[in-house]
Amino acid sequence: MPTDVERWKSEVYGNEIREHLYEFAEEGWESIPEDEHDAWFERFKWWGLYHQRNGQESYFMMRIGTPNGVLEPGQLRVVGEIADEYARGPGTNPIFGDAYADWTTRQSIQLHWIRIEDVPEIFEKLEENGMSTQQACGDSWRNIVGNPVAGKDAQEVVDAWPVIHELNETFKGDEDHSNLPRKWKVSVTGSADGSGQGDINDLAFEPAYKEVDGEEQVGFNVRVGGGLARNEERFARDIDVWVPPENVSDVAGGLSALFRDNGDRENRYNARIKFLVDEWGPEKVRNTLQEEYVDFELETAGRDVREEYTYNAGNGGRNDLIGVHEQKDGNYFVGLNVLVGRMGADDVLELADIAEEYGSGEVRLSQRQNVIVTDVPEEDLDALLEEDLLDHYSPDPSPFMRGSVACTGTEFCSLSIVETKNRQVRYARWLKENVDLPDDIDQFHIHLSGCTASCAQPQIADISLRGMKTRKDGEPVEALDIGLGGGLGEEPEFARWVTQRVPVDEVPGAISNLIGRFAENREDGENFREFVGRHDDDELDEYVEPEETDYEDPMMHNTKMTWYPYSDDDDMDSSPAPAYPDDTPMSADD
Amino acid sequence: MVVALRILDDGAWVSVNDDRKVSVSELWRFPGREFCRCDLTDMVVEGFVDVGVDGRTVEVRAYGQCIACGESATTKWMPVGRIVDGAFRHIDREGVLRPVIGQ
Repeated sequence: MPTDVERWKSEVYGNEIREHLYEFAEEGWESIPEDEHDAWFERFKWWGLYHQRNGQESYFMMRIGTPNGVLEPGQLRVVGEIADEYARGPGTNPIFGDAYADWTTRQSIQLHWIRIEDVPEIFEKLEENGMSTQQACGDSWRNIVGNPVAGKDAQEVVDAWPVIHELNETFKGDEDHSNLPRKWKVSVTGSADGSGQGDINDLAFEPAYKEVDGEEQVGFNVRVGGGLARNEERFARDIDVWVPPENVSDVAGGLSALFRDNGDRENRYNARIKFLVDEWGPEKVRNTLQEEYVDFELETAGRDVREEYTYNAGNGGRNDLIGVHEQKDGNYFVGLNVLVGRMGADDVLELADIAEEYGSGEVRLSQRQNVIVTDVPEEDLDALLEEDLLDHYSPDPSPFMRGSVACTGTEFCSLSIVETKNRQVRYARWLKENVDLPDDIDQFHIHLSGCTASCAQPQIADISLRGMKTRKDGEPVEALDIGLGGGLGEEPEFARWVTQRVPVDEVPGAISNLIGRFAENREDGENFREFVGRHDDDELDEYVEPEETDYEDPMMHNTKMTWYPYSDDDDMDSSPAPAYPDDTPMSADD
Repeated sequence: MVVALRILDDGAWVSVNDDRKVSVSELWRFPGREFCRCDLTDMVVEGFVDVGVDGRTVEVRAYGQCIACGESATTKWMPVGRIVDGAFRHIDREGVLRPVIGQ
């Protein structure tokens, strides 16, 4: 039997949702029929709008899809202005203030506290400036990711940006691909560092060489069926296909159509293509693609460059894109660390000024939630690096700051079990002050995800933290499972969950003890991932050793059951939502 | 009266009449050794698998982990609320829950 979601999608889905959205915006929040909330909130996702969680009714998260994380000159300023004007609600975040933008692990942008009444104005402003929320969420082609400095990167094998741009133009709004069984995440990488993180996507194009008609050509190998969610981690599987850049769109469309026609629409938990690849195997995926979905002969896989992958690999080299790097045109790109990917609206606007003053005005977003200012001439580098804003968004941060990634968490998200972003900021600051890594370790990734949806990509970090609950002194408290040793690279590995349900206030102590044991017991030159690899789970569990320290956690309680976890009166019954566009509670009418 | 029951947000919430009512992250205590080896299971709810109604009682099957022993499994049908005059009323889930007999 089709699921409710499939039934709703069969009634109204895709582009046509927009006209309904505009009608609701015109008539106001209350015009959405109460007995159709579930259906409309599911559909709104296709246009990048997630209804926020319980206690925050009438407010939405808005996701803007920026293909490959590219913000063309002027676009960052527009994002900052929209955040400043529209992304304000009744709750104030004690660290980030009243208005901010989040850079996500899929190179998108998220704004919160958006009211449906403001959506047409925001859409208009975005679209006037070449941006969109279309298909940022929902069961369709999501934001396409890759190496954010495609086209500029000196390590590039092939420029993937024209390919990504073509895919985005082709498949955003394409009715044949707008209603898939589930989300469809695509990565296209042209650089040799692996920074597109193709292995954890539904569909990955990775740089590869192939001899065709006696000539070596550069194109892409194809992998299918990666993903991290729901305790069902998979790396994308090699389907033995090489494709030249000009045919990527045909192969990607063929695989999207194969998924559309064969994915499981009766069980959303089994719907992602990773499960179809499990069931069919890579060979059947290839054969079906060849026989039914493309009209040319597929080439077998070419020679890849995976042995050169360093991004998020934990093994030296370029693990992220922070710092100053030369572009292939002789200019420089400067990667700035944005702790947990959140930036105040004022800072966004200041960054837009800086990008215009020192670079081309373009800014790019990485999958590690950081920003990159591109096209900076060598003679302007020193002045850029002297800017006050870079004291906070550093090109040379502490390993604990640059290694931190966090999802949205219970602040806004319905799925999360624990608070995440503010907690990870507090963790990173405490670790920076209190823990020393061995001198030769300058990269250490800690990812905090609030639940098994894995939006912070916890399984591919040195230390993986995942939301849980436990009891401490008999009282329910937020807790984290601790996993170790994950990372990408030539041979990617998922973290092993070695210690479970550590109360959140004991996690910094646990990390401190673990790093101490690593420093004492590592072999010469051994990195953390290698250290984890030569110990079994029980040995590692002993090294973790949770412990209270002077770290204090103000969010130990059940933040999911508050209306807003940082409010002085956070009780669900004190929620001002739903509210009118001026944030006046509708309950005031009673 | 028709009551709309469904699981939302990838199993994170039980929706009753288009209103999110029961969420993951709750800790449920319940007796019996079918879920794990503990006399009294203390389970963190990680995801809802099924929702249904028996008479006026709203029941769910949930996936979770016992925080005392670490066992992960899916529960039998557990009562989470009652429909009274068309509205959902919570059953106290902070006390000891009684799995539905015979299912």
